[in-house]
Amino acid sequence: MTHTVLVTGVSRHVGARVAGVLAADPDIGRVIGVDTVPPPSPNRDGGSLSGRTEFVRVDLRSPDIAQVIAAADVDIVVHMSLVSGPARSRSAMKEHNVIGTMQLLGACQRSTTVRRVVVRSTTAVYGSAPNDPAVFTEDSEPAEVPHSGYAKDAGDVEGYVRGFARRRPDVVTSTLRFANFMGPGVDSPLTRYFAQPFAPTVFGFDPRLQFVHEDDGVEVLRRMALEDHPGTFNVAGDGVLLLSQCLRRAGRTPLPVPSPVFRFLGEVARAARRLDFTPEQLALMCHGRVVDSGRLIRELGWKPKFGTAAAFEDFLRSRRLSGGLPAAVADRLSDLASGRSTPGPG
Amino acid sequence: MTRTSEEGSPGAPDDASPASGVSDDASRGSGDERLAEVFAFLRRRLTGEYEIDEFGFDPELNDRVLLELIRPVYRHWFRVETLGLENVPAESGALVVANHSGTLPVDALMMQVALHDEAHRAVRLLGADLVYQLPVLGHLSRKTGHTLACPEDADRLLRKGELVGVFPEGFKGVGKPFSQRYRLQRFGRGGFVASAIRAGVPIIPCAIVGAEEIYPKIGDLPVLARLLGLPYLPITPFFPWLGPLGLVPLPSKWLIEFGEPIRTDDYDPIDADDPMLVFNLTDQVRETIQHQLDVLRRRRGPAFQPLF
Repeated sequence: MTHTVLVTGVSRHVGARVAGVLAADPDIGRVIGVDTVPPPSPNRDGGSLSGRTEFVRVDLRSPDIAQVIAAADVDIVVHMSLVSGPARSRSAMKEHNVIGTMQLLGACQRSTTVRRVVVRSTTAVYGSAPNDPAVFTEDSEPAEVPHSGYAKDAGDVEGYVRGFARRRPDVVTSTLRFANFMGPGVDSPLTRYFAQPFAPTVFGFDPRLQFVHEDDGVEVLRRMALEDHPGTFNVAGDGVLLLSQCLRRAGRTPLPVPSPVFRFLGEVARAARRLDFTPEQLALMCHGRVVDSGRLIRELGWKPKFGTAAAFEDFLRSRRLSGGLPAAVADRLSDLASGRSTPGPG
Repeated sequence: MTRTSEEGSPGAPDDASPASGVSDDASRGSGDERLAEVFAFLRRRLTGEYEIDEFGFDPELNDRVLLELIRPVYRHWFRVETLGLENVPAESGALVVANHSGTLPVDALMMQVALHDEAHRAVRLLGADLVYQLPVLGHLSRKTGHTLACPEDADRLLRKGELVGVFPEGFKGVGKPFSQRYRLQRFGRGGFVASAIRAGVPIIPCAIVGAEEIYPKIGDLPVLARLLGLPYLPITPFFPWLGPLGLVPLPSKWLIEFGEPIRTDDYDPIDADDPMLVFNLTDQVRETIQHQLDVLRRRRGPAFQPLF
């Protein structure tokens, strides 16, 4: 039997890629992509909507989505329209994330055709605090639940998803908590941060970070859409990088500033509409966050191809960033040292 | 002669100085090699091409920089001697439980050097959450292999077969007045025992003698401590009177003894939830360490040897 898949958030990079791989699958008859804005340009590499995806412009906050689901007999829903900004305003972003999810889940609950719901969430729901365990599992109780911004939205969304799963136990519901996406096509506050020549850091802190490569993220979403894997899963590349390590690998100059100054710079960036800065981001830049993806690996019998370091390397390669200068200096020095030793034996 | 040249080029064959047999040449070659190694090290550090584990442990930085800084204090200032190293497993997981004292947790660092240098194990110490709230200290603590004292982290490390170190007295031990020296304080709720039972690893009781005398705490400034968010603010014979000079620890003589392992693999992991069993085992560990401390303290004699 062929499936009809509804994918939300297709106007952004990962959403478009997921819609693309699903459209290429022979088991899937139709892919309907929805978003509040039309997809950017139809023919960009990888990140564009391929021919078979039908785009429908729907404001998720309106009940129109129910008509789309009913009209097309959708049986799989992949919900990826959670945005982390930059948004016009915090309230617009919150409405998009939370009200949008409520409308979508409400439509799914009334639908008689929907059999599977996959929701993209984020590891940001764990927050980031000094008294958190070093590694979060899906059952970890965070020390401080995020109470602002994107992380709070994701927490609220997960709450509604749990409620939906209780009311419709016949529908397979999967929640995926992704670490920060990294890769050639990813455009996020973090990738923009690493692309700047000077990177402000919080003085005296060196957070542990984890990335998931966009290819792996797409593959996880594809598998979740096509197979039954109910539950909540962390998704992150193997291994950990420190912020200082990332900056060295990227050849960026760290600019350590006290945390109040960092917060001020964040507010400036927010005012300039460059990113949606929240206290949670300051906490992440202090304490970092690491999750255990063991449950996902066991469930799928599959491991992300890119570790955290490899995902970051791929991102750096695509942006032509490297820690060139210090490496060159060190090489020159070690050449000098070995040059002195070679004439020795004569 | 052959012995020195072998030592001069550990591991890698020495291309630069072939079998001339002149010890002068060999030492020069190894000097250049060492220089090249230093540059390779610097290159790795500058370009970020090193690995850390999920807890933030940076073994290279720890071995080559951080421990290198503490080692002179260990060898020459406190002249630490270790006993019972045969009780530390060479590879498998174990939980080292030690007494805590000295106003500042210098004893934790000395135990870390002892286990690194003498037992060749990287001990993963469990630290108070205060450490991770503070700038600089928090990330250095992670880089040297420590993590937050919480059941999740302890269980995870023990499951991976790591050697975990814990000081169950916490601030009650490290911040106790000088008059209470070598008297073990309460051992919390025995969470460490539960972790050991869950992982089925042995508990190694460890007694540290010498730390009590480094900053004799004869008073406290509780109001100021509370204002600064610290658990205590000590007054010692030299602090705060001598300012930063008062932070120089007194050169007491140290002994660190690792006692006979207490096995936990006879228990079922579910027993970790049995409070009576956990309390009894906690008491047993505590009494063992107290006994070790008493014997070791007599063995050491005076903390400060006469200068002449």
